[in-house]
Amino acid sequence: MLVYASKRILIGIVTLLAASIVVFSILEVVPGDPARLMLGMNATDDAVRTLQEQMGLNQPLLERYFRWLGGLLTGDFGRSFTYSVPVISLIAERIAVSLPLALISLALSTAIAIPVGVFSASRRGSIADTASMGVAQIGVAIPNFWFALLLVYVFAVVLRLVPAGGFPGWNAGVWLGLKSLILPSIALALPQAAILARVTRSALLDVLGEDYIRTARAKGLTRRRVLYDHALRNAFIPVLTILGLQFAFLLAGTIIIENVFYLPGLGRLVFQAITQRDLIVVEGVVMLLVATVIVVNLLVDLSYAIVDPRLRSRS
Amino acid sequence: MLNIWKSALMGGAIALLSSTACFAAKTDLVLGIVLEPPHLDPTAGAAAAIDEIVYANIFEGLTRIGPKGEVLPALAESWTLSDDGKIFTFKLHKDVKFHDGTSFDAEDVKFSLDRARGEKSTNAQKGLFATIDTVDVVDPTTVKITLKQPNGDFLYNMGWGDAVIVAAESAETNKEKPIGTGPFKFDSWAKGSQIAISRNPGYWGTPAVLDTATFRVIPDPAAATAALMAGDVQAFPVFPSYETIAQFQADPRFKVVIGTTEGETVLGMNNKKPPFDNLKVRQAIAHAIDRKALVDGAMFGLGTPIGSFFPPHHPAYLDLTSETAYDPELAKKLLAEAGQAAGFKTTLKLPPPVYARRGGEIIAAELREIGIEAEIVPLEWAQWLEQVFKGKDFDMTIVSHTEPNDLNIFARDDYYFNYDNPAFKDLVKQIEATSDAEKRTELYQQAQKILAADVPAAFLFQLPKTGVWDAKIEGLWENGPIQANDLTAVRWAE
Amino acid sequence: MISATAWRESLFKALANRSFLVGLLITGTVALMAALSFFWTPYAVGTFDIAGKLKPPSVAHWLGTDHFGRDILSMIMVGSRNSIAVAFVSVMIGAGVGVPLGLWAAARGGIIDELLMRFNDLVFAFPALLSAVLITAVFGPGAINAIIAIGIFNVPVFARVARGAALSLWPREYILAARASGKGAARITVEHILPNMTNLLIVQGTIQFSLGILAEAGLSYVGLGSQPPMPSWGRMLFEAQTMISIAPHMAVFPGLAIVFTVLGLNLLGDGLRDVLDPKLQQVR
Repeated sequence: MLVYASKRILIGIVTLLAASIVVFSILEVVPGDPARLMLGMNATDDAVRTLQEQMGLNQPLLERYFRWLGGLLTGDFGRSFTYSVPVISLIAERIAVSLPLALISLALSTAIAIPVGVFSASRRGSIADTASMGVAQIGVAIPNFWFALLLVYVFAVVLRLVPAGGFPGWNAGVWLGLKSLILPSIALALPQAAILARVTRSALLDVLGEDYIRTARAKGLTRRRVLYDHALRNAFIPVLTILGLQFAFLLAGTIIIENVFYLPGLGRLVFQAITQRDLIVVEGVVMLLVATVIVVNLLVDLSYAIVDPRLRSRS
Repeated sequence: MLNIWKSALMGGAIALLSSTACFAAKTDLVLGIVLEPPHLDPTAGAAAAIDEIVYANIFEGLTRIGPKGEVLPALAESWTLSDDGKIFTFKLHKDVKFHDGTSFDAEDVKFSLDRARGEKSTNAQKGLFATIDTVDVVDPTTVKITLKQPNGDFLYNMGWGDAVIVAAESAETNKEKPIGTGPFKFDSWAKGSQIAISRNPGYWGTPAVLDTATFRVIPDPAAATAALMAGDVQAFPVFPSYETIAQFQADPRFKVVIGTTEGETVLGMNNKKPPFDNLKVRQAIAHAIDRKALVDGAMFGLGTPIGSFFPPHHPAYLDLTSETAYDPELAKKLLAEAGQAAGFKTTLKLPPPVYARRGGEIIAAELREIGIEAEIVPLEWAQWLEQVFKGKDFDMTIVSHTEPNDLNIFARDDYYFNYDNPAFKDLVKQIEATSDAEKRTELYQQAQKILAADVPAAFLFQLPKTGVWDAKIEGLWENGPIQANDLTAVRWAE
Repeated sequence: MISATAWRESLFKALANRSFLVGLLITGTVALMAALSFFWTPYAVGTFDIAGKLKPPSVAHWLGTDHFGRDILSMIMVGSRNSIAVAFVSVMIGAGVGVPLGLWAAARGGIIDELLMRFNDLVFAFPALLSAVLITAVFGPGAINAIIAIGIFNVPVFARVARGAALSLWPREYILAARASGKGAARITVEHILPNMTNLLIVQGTIQFSLGILAEAGLSYVGLGSQPPMPSWGRMLFEAQTMISIAPHMAVFPGLAIVFTVLGLNLLGDGLRDVLDPKLQQVR
């Protein structure tokens, strides 16, 4: 187990390092000069050059890469070109929106999907099963940003129950903050729930078809007992995988939803930073998101190995 | 009370709580802005978003631009000009203090102007200071500025946001914590969300009425509409959604003001690149554009068609739209005369604003009618600045030139239009050296005619300033002679 | 490799499969609509009628008009071409690069295999949309770059599927027999391994196709997909967003078109998976 875990962790670190090179090189070739952008149309070349020097843009490539990497290792993400504040504090401000959004969506989608999936599996072939899986099929096909638009139209434009967008900040009160996250989290959660419900159902059905379940049934346990005592626990792995992937997706994949609702989250920050050529912010956020994905996957892998020792030897 | 009931009925108990809070405090105001400024130092960046917050509120210059675009005294209470037109002597206000308590005097003026035109300056408008030869402190309230040659625009130039007076003690930290002499002082900035300012109790002039003002960043047009409708934001001086203006006009809770700006929107052409080096091709393109359809389609009817590069609200304005009236048949004829009867393929590079993107689609469709196949290439601002503006690697582009008094861009060497007309350059030089109003008007009109005839760019429309605010707010600027939100006189009506 | 009887058997199974039938019907409809749009649309999508803008659905314009007075039904019809083309080509890129990679890794094993898996980890670690945004920041927005951005994400998917399937096929007896007869790894891969995983690749291709439609819509929605005058479903939704309070019909129909198409492809994929060799399915 220890060998397996350390191998996985080592792979994670190498991936992260490779990612840092990829990110840095992509942004190196992105056209557009941050200094000129900041000074605008009528700026003189002289002023642009001075600003470039101040931002350290004219230093050699490798030097900048290693300085940046060294900074990352010590927790120093550098200073934003546009805002001239530490990148880490920008990220912290935005995570305060993105993380709650991702967690609420995840909780919401789990709360909907698991019961529906279990219910469907337990009544396989029934009308209820067919109907809920039909709805799930449609749910998977709905683009979340379109769903978000419809939600905005119904609940914000027509009924005026919730704000159409924007985030008042947690200082304005927890309730006001949560209120502006309601629509975005529903928009994010429902398509995710549809996927999760399907996975839960099929994982349960797979397990229910296995020999030991049949044995348990043969021993005279009720269908219900078998389902809850044996099958659910074993169906946990695929469900966990999807949950792990979804969390990573939710944290990063909220770019579009944050744009629809105009939420000052991480996704918006990175989008805005790209258009403003605030490269150091882009680099920092992307690395953070990539690291999150890697860590979440690592945790999922390790928890697999704990639940199912066979996997260790296979990898 | 009526207000409370309406909200309560509409939005339930929660809306009731929040609207009560708004009701109780009549000396605060939340304004919507579209773009978040990168920082708050107007002397170190051209972003209009900086001026929209700090100009006249936090920072002041020697002069300031008034709501009609006129030059008014600010930190300088008066001035005299020597007979040769080269030496300005400014008399400064006494007992003026910066927000951090340090006092303002002639040394600060010298510091600010020398810093702006200095070697290390990152002032985006260094050109404003190019005519300055020396700045001398005569006594604490008198400054003498000597120019290299007479300049009719100098007082106007000193009213720009880029020419505001800063203190040596705080100049370096103004980006994050701006310290000026204005009627408001900086409070806080939640990045990506809002910037708050509050009244400066020690202001030297007429104090502001509002206690606090908050600028909330809402770039999305749909969100801006919703925020106003919900009362989260009470004023949007430059409202980004032309399509929903009609909704607000129909709603008595709101006041909609369609003002003018200094933004001449043009279809810029690369005058040195074939076939655009041919006057007939440029004329053909101009005649192929239906300005009315353009304004209706891209701007939802807002915006005034222009036929040259001059704002319609200016006294010297001439309506020259008939020079290049919409006439596709004439356009085809001109193309044929230019040897391009079969039309040609070209590109149309568009920056992000909606006027450019939507306008570009319409113009591309109209050009297709006369046989010109213009491929649309959308660019971010960074790319646009690099490729089009600096690199001059383009055929056509659409952009609004929002600086005031910027006729001279067509006289600049190495400007992105690649337009080179010595007669026009001479004319602009004459204008800059002329201070007599009547003579200036005559020269301005001459310049407009040259541009309308030469078509270095197809002139489209003047960008409107679409302001929407609560009907009970008074004192907001109706027009946009410069990109600023002067809140000094803003108040809530009883 | 697949005999005529096997084909007939599959066909019968397919026609008895509800998902497959419904999916085929929907996908066929969309494909027909796309094909039809080459010859006929109710109105031309290139001409603007500014005076007739933002009209709600009517007899003249079944789905209403947009902000330039264009017919939305015609826009959706032409837009389907764009969605299908982008999704299809990016699946082809993914399969064209990913399958050989996966087969190679499975055949060689060792360091090659390990490198491929690490490459997969790396690509998967980047949130897909974020990478697409980065790619378009470098190359500029447009249909081609959207295809590249989506295609890159299809590569590891196909590589993983092909590798997994190949690994399960290598120990089979007929492969061992082929080996014993002196055939090289490359030849065995082409003659025996690849033909035996076509079903699996078709199923995966269908799934990636539907994901590609969604991804293209997302990219176009944020302005990074194909550019005007080519109509695109995602950009139609983007344009609808600011007008949602005055012309909600602009937002409804392009979205329905996306849901309809993706639903059809997903049903088709599910049906194919049930119909085609169910054993291979477990390899995934």
